[in-house]
Amino acid sequence: MVKGQTIAEKILARASGLPKVEPGDFVEASVDLVMVNDITGPLTVKTIKALSKPRIWDPDRLVIVLDHQTPADRVQSAENHKLLRSFAAEFGVKALYDVGVGVCHQVVPEEGHVKPGMLIVGADSHTCTYGAFGAFATGVGSTDAAAALALGKLWFKVPESMLINVSGRFSRLVAGKDLILHILGRVGVEGASYMSVEFKGETVEALSVDSRMTLTNMAVEMGAKTGIIEPDVKTIQFLKEATGENSFQHIRSDPEASYAETLEFQVDGLEPQVAAPPSPANVKPAGEFSGVEIDQALLSSCTNARLEDLRVAAEILRGRQVKRDVRMVVIPASRKIYLKALEEGLIQVFVRAGAVVAPPGCGPCLGGHMGVLAEGEVCISSTNRNFTGRMGSPKARIYLASPATVAASALTGRITDPREVVP
Amino acid sequence: MIFEGKALKCGDDVDTDAIIPGKYLVLTRPEELAAHALEGLSPELPGKIREFGILVAGRNFGCGSSREHAPLALKYAGVKCVLAESFARIFFRNAVNLGLPVLECKNVSSRIEEGDGLKVNLREGVIEDLSRGFTLKAKPLPGFLLKILELGGLMAYVETRLGGGI
Repeated sequence: MVKGQTIAEKILARASGLPKVEPGDFVEASVDLVMVNDITGPLTVKTIKALSKPRIWDPDRLVIVLDHQTPADRVQSAENHKLLRSFAAEFGVKALYDVGVGVCHQVVPEEGHVKPGMLIVGADSHTCTYGAFGAFATGVGSTDAAAALALGKLWFKVPESMLINVSGRFSRLVAGKDLILHILGRVGVEGASYMSVEFKGETVEALSVDSRMTLTNMAVEMGAKTGIIEPDVKTIQFLKEATGENSFQHIRSDPEASYAETLEFQVDGLEPQVAAPPSPANVKPAGEFSGVEIDQALLSSCTNARLEDLRVAAEILRGRQVKRDVRMVVIPASRKIYLKALEEGLIQVFVRAGAVVAPPGCGPCLGGHMGVLAEGEVCISSTNRNFTGRMGSPKARIYLASPATVAASALTGRITDPREVVP
Repeated sequence: MIFEGKALKCGDDVDTDAIIPGKYLVLTRPEELAAHALEGLSPELPGKIREFGILVAGRNFGCGSSREHAPLALKYAGVKCVLAESFARIFFRNAVNLGLPVLECKNVSSRIEEGDGLKVNLREGVIEDLSRGFTLKAKPLPGFLLKILELGGLMAYVETRLGGGI
């Protein structure tokens, strides 16, 4: 009998021109898309230019997103942006998303660059987000990105797969972020090292595309090479709107595919979760942190600043005021989301509540700008990493939580289970 | 691709901050980075690397950040080859890409002792412990990764490919 293959194995086999691959195999695979941003892109560009005959194999397969230090916060950032713009012009790269379009991991799928079955590398560790659309997407270094651009191919080690099966229904104000934090708490930061993590089950099927992207986004926090979710009608609907196309590759794991590990999770009764510094796997129910006072509440990033996230936060903040002495910063993940939030009146809710709304981009998530922290300060954040020094001072503390928990905490000035403020 | 040297041992979970502490990331010349290789484990290690030449590690070597400075520092400090029970994913990629030979092999850390004379045949995946007279067999790297290493790194490989050399 032919052994079944997972989505990850099928994609790597197809891209390598092989009938099948096994975990542990090394393959050279054709890459369908390469993404770089304004942090990693400059080194990739310099590496390409150092070739004796600088070239990129297909300018239509490169996406450049200026999102980290945008609008330029200092001269060096402005120089990096300028370098990428002139590289794009010189090499005929059409897909350059300039300052303000949004965070790369939102923009790349939203602008129709991601399709099921694709093999994507991005010079950014959260590239695994695109697995929410049934692609195999993984983060690489700047040199890898340069080689992939020059040759159209890159080497890969075929990962083992981990299956995470989720069942049950979320309680009110509990969401995808709470689930992924809960999973991280059990799996740990190395628990899925080198693996492809496949999320499955009735709970995942019931999730919106926005929430599924939150799950795959944080797969890297478990050490995973990628996170993958089988495409369904919701995925196809999103992809139709994003790409303007009507039919997509039908890709799913075979029923008899083999997984190195299978984990079962049940979300009935799951409480809002919070990850305490300095590890995203340091997770407990939000209620256990209710004594922690905050200085900043941040609703941003490729993890949680999509329309659904802004809606739930606005619902909690509507007609109320952010607590005195607390700063709330809201950064929609993309310009398109920003516009929809304007049309729905969500931005007005944030501004009236006393929040600062900043232009789409990565903001302070990785210590860039627009809300970095001072020594001793505490931030409740809808982002993905709470490492020491991640968001400014090494003596600041970051707690990770869902958009609902961030909004509720902004109202009370301490870490708050959102069900407390929305009876 | 045969490397000879003495075993310099380090434990499990050696992270990229131990290989090259964050405060040195502003350095860009490989020789400057090399002066601090493994300094995070112990301050006298950078000076010892060259006389040993072969690093023998436990599980999850190179975990942590994606900094390409880590394999670069080891390579220029005189590491000819890293043997480990397992490697962290991004370090493994970066090492091969920058021309630092790496080989994953079960029991390397438990059977080989510090200072043992070693002979590593990268192509065959064979590690000989000359001091104790035993041989360990690893799964050899596939041909194209050996080719990348032989040429000194991924971009040299890219050059050769583009020039029609392969």
